[in-house]
Amino acid sequence: MKKLMIGNEAVARGLYDAGCAVISSYPGTPSTEITEFFSKFDDAYCEWAPNEKVATESAFGASLRGKRSACCMKHVGLNVAADPLFTMSYTGVNGGMVICVADDPGMHSSQNEQDSRHYAIASKIPMLEPSDSQESYDFARLAYEISEQFDTPVLLKMCTRVAHSQSIVETREKTVYKEKPYEKNPQKYIMAPANAIRRHPFVEERTKKLTEYAETSPLNRIELGNGSEKFGIITSSTSYQYVKEVFGDSVSVLKIGMINPLPIELVRKFSEKADKIYVVEELDNIIESHCRNIGIDVVGKDVFSVTGEFSQKTVADAFNLEKKFSVNLDTDIPVRPPMMCSGCPHRGLFYVLAKNKLTVLGDIGCYTLGSAAPLNALDMTLCMGASVSGLHGFNVAGGEETENETVCVIGDSTFMHSGVTGLINIAYNQSNSTVIILDNSITGMTGHQQNPSTGYNIKGDPAGKVSLEKLCESIGINSIRVVDPYNLEECERVIKEEIVKPEPSVIISRRPCVLLKYVKPKKPLVVNKEKCRGCKRCMKFGCPAISFRDNHAAVDATLCVGCETCEQLCPFDAFEMEGN
Amino acid sequence: MQTKNIMIVGVGGQGSLLASKLLGTLLVDEGYDVKVSEVHGMSQRGGSVVTYVRFGEKVYSPVIEDGEADFIVSFEKLEAARYVNKLKKDGRVIVNSQQIDPMPVIIGAAIYPEDILEQMREKGVKVDELDALKLATQAGSAKACNIVLMGRLAKYFDIDNEKWEAAVEKCVKPQFVEINKKAFELGYNS
Repeated sequence: MKKLMIGNEAVARGLYDAGCAVISSYPGTPSTEITEFFSKFDDAYCEWAPNEKVATESAFGASLRGKRSACCMKHVGLNVAADPLFTMSYTGVNGGMVICVADDPGMHSSQNEQDSRHYAIASKIPMLEPSDSQESYDFARLAYEISEQFDTPVLLKMCTRVAHSQSIVETREKTVYKEKPYEKNPQKYIMAPANAIRRHPFVEERTKKLTEYAETSPLNRIELGNGSEKFGIITSSTSYQYVKEVFGDSVSVLKIGMINPLPIELVRKFSEKADKIYVVEELDNIIESHCRNIGIDVVGKDVFSVTGEFSQKTVADAFNLEKKFSVNLDTDIPVRPPMMCSGCPHRGLFYVLAKNKLTVLGDIGCYTLGSAAPLNALDMTLCMGASVSGLHGFNVAGGEETENETVCVIGDSTFMHSGVTGLINIAYNQSNSTVIILDNSITGMTGHQQNPSTGYNIKGDPAGKVSLEKLCESIGINSIRVVDPYNLEECERVIKEEIVKPEPSVIISRRPCVLLKYVKPKKPLVVNKEKCRGCKRCMKFGCPAISFRDNHAAVDATLCVGCETCEQLCPFDAFEMEGN
Repeated sequence: MQTKNIMIVGVGGQGSLLASKLLGTLLVDEGYDVKVSEVHGMSQRGGSVVTYVRFGEKVYSPVIEDGEADFIVSFEKLEAARYVNKLKKDGRVIVNSQQIDPMPVIIGAAIYPEDILEQMREKGVKVDELDALKLATQAGSAKACNIVLMGRLAKYFDIDNEKWEAAVEKCVKPQFVEINKKAFELGYNS
C-alpha cells in the first residue's frame, strides 16, 4: 500500500508492522502523533504514562516479559527517561525495544535545542536516524531486528521536519512476531554492582559488533555523484534531503542512517573518493567529531551553524551558490505570535496575577503563553515541574520577602508529570509556598491528550482518575482551595488569602479547555457603543476576540465564546449578551 | 518536470490542514512524488502557520525557501505579505481578503498595513484577491474558505475539475461533500 504519511505515522505503522505489542509514552511535540496513530490499532496495547521515565520503564517491563515494545518522547523527555536509559543499555532486552525520540531544531515548540544524539553515544545505545517517511517506516521495523540481534534497546531519532513532513510510504506485510519466553536471569537483569560490573564489558563488546554492522549495513550508503563536483558530503536525517535538493547527483554523498555507532572504514573509504569532505548535520558536530577522531579532516561547523533548522538555502549559502530572486517589501510586518485562545480559562487567572503584580514561576504548557503581552504575567519557565520545586527554593531563599507575593502555576498534566514531587518537597520541608494548579482537564499544548487526572485513557475510554484535592491532602497540604478562573473576583480574593497564610497551600483553578468538544460555546458578546467610553481597560486582557476600532472596543463574533470574563473588567458595563 | 512549490499560509485554526490534505491526495493520485510539510504545536494557538506542498518527479526537501514558491495561497492578507519573499519571480499570490489583527495590533503596539496587497502589486507581484469568506458562506459554510481558495488555485493547474472533486470526496466527511464541491466551484469561477 502506498500512502502519504507524516513521519510519525510512518513510525507508528513500522512499529506495528514489526509486531510491537506495547507502547507507553508521554506526549511532546514533535513526537506525539506516533503514539496517537499507534493507539488506533486495536490489537496492540497503547497508553499515556504520567511521564517519560515511567513510559520507558513500562516499555522495558513489556520487553522483559518477551513482547516487542516502544516508548516515544520529545528530546527533553529523554532527559526525564535518562535514568532507565543508561542502565537498560547494560541489561539489554528480551523482546525488542525501541525508544523514539524527536528533536526540535529551530525550537518550534520547545524550551531548548538539545541534540539527542549525545544520549546515544553516552548511553552506548544504537541510534537510527531516518530522513523521510519511508525511512521512518523501514527503520522502525529494522530497529527491532537490531535490538534483538545485539541485545540492546534501539533509539529511533526523529526531528521536527521528518516527524511532521508527509511523503509517500509503501508498507509491507506485518511480521508475525513470536514473543520470547520470560526466564529469570539475575545476572542480566539485576543491575547491582556485582552483575553490572560483568555487564559493562558486554556493552563495550556490543558496540564493537555494532560498528562492524554499521560498516556494511544498508542503513549507511555511498551515493556516487556524476563527478561534476570534486568534494564529497557526509550527511544524515533531513539534512540529506537539503543536500540532494541543492546538488542532485552532481556530488558524492555518504548518507548515514545509523548515527551510533558510526562506521570507521566506510567513512575512510568515502573520504578517499573526494578532494574535500563536508559534513552537513543539524545542531551539534557529532559526525564531524567522529571523522576527526579517526583522523579524517572535514569541513563542518566552520561553515554550518550549530543553531536552528537547516534548509536547502542553508546548504546553498554555505557553498556560496547564487541567491534566488526574492521580493522584499519595505513595510514592517507585525509579528503574529501564538496566544491563549479566546475563552481560555488560563487568561482570567493570569489577569489577576498580573494585576496584583505577583512574581509567578511558570511551567511547560499552553499557559507559558501567559508570558506574552499584554499580560506579561510570568517570571520563569524552565522545564516540566520546575515551577513547583523552583518556588520552594525561591521562598526558602527569599523568606517573608517573597512568600507573600510569589506563586507558581502548573497545568494538570504537567503536575502529574513531575509537579507532584516538588509539592511533596514543599509539604515535607514546609515552605510557605502557594502552588496554583491550572486544571483544564486535558494536556492542551500538544493537542489534547488524556492524563491521569482526566479520568480517560488514550482511547477515550473511562480510566482511573487521580483526585488532585485528595492527592494534595495526602501529601500533607492542609489548605486546598478550588476557584473558577472565569470568576475574577473569586480568584483575586482566594489568591490574596492563600499567599499570606503561614503554611503551604494549593489553589486549583478549574475549568476545562475551551477547545474540548464537550465544552459548548455560549453566544458571543457585543459592545454597547453608547456605554463604551473607550477606556481600553478590556485591552489589557489580551483576548483575541476583542479589538479597538473607531474609539470603541469591538468583539469578533466568530471568535468570542461568551465566557463573560471581559464583562467583569468593564467599569461601564459595555459588554452585553447579544439581543439584550 | 521541475518540482512545483505551493505554500498555504494563514492563522492557526483557519483550516489550512484540509487544504494541504486535499492537494496531497490529488497530487499523489496524479502520480507525482509529493512532500507536504507543516509544523504542529505552539503555532496552532492563533499564531502564523505555514504549510509547504511540493510535487514533481522526485522531491527531496520538504520545505520551500526564498524565491522558490510558484504559488502562495493565503487565508489572510498580512500572512501573504509575511511570506512573499518565498515567491518565485512570476509566482502568484492567491489571497483571501480577510483581515485578522495579530495581538500586537490588537493591543496597539503595531499597525496593520492596510494597503499591503497594493504594496505587493507595486513590487510586481501577481496578486489574486478574493472574498473567500463570502463565497464560502454562499456555498453553505464559512469554514469552506479553504476549499474556495483551492478552487481558485485549480484555475492555474492542468488537472480536470472532476479529479479535484474526487479528491474533495476523499478528504471531507460525506455530509460536507456537497458544500465543499460548491465552494470549490465558486472559487474556480471567481
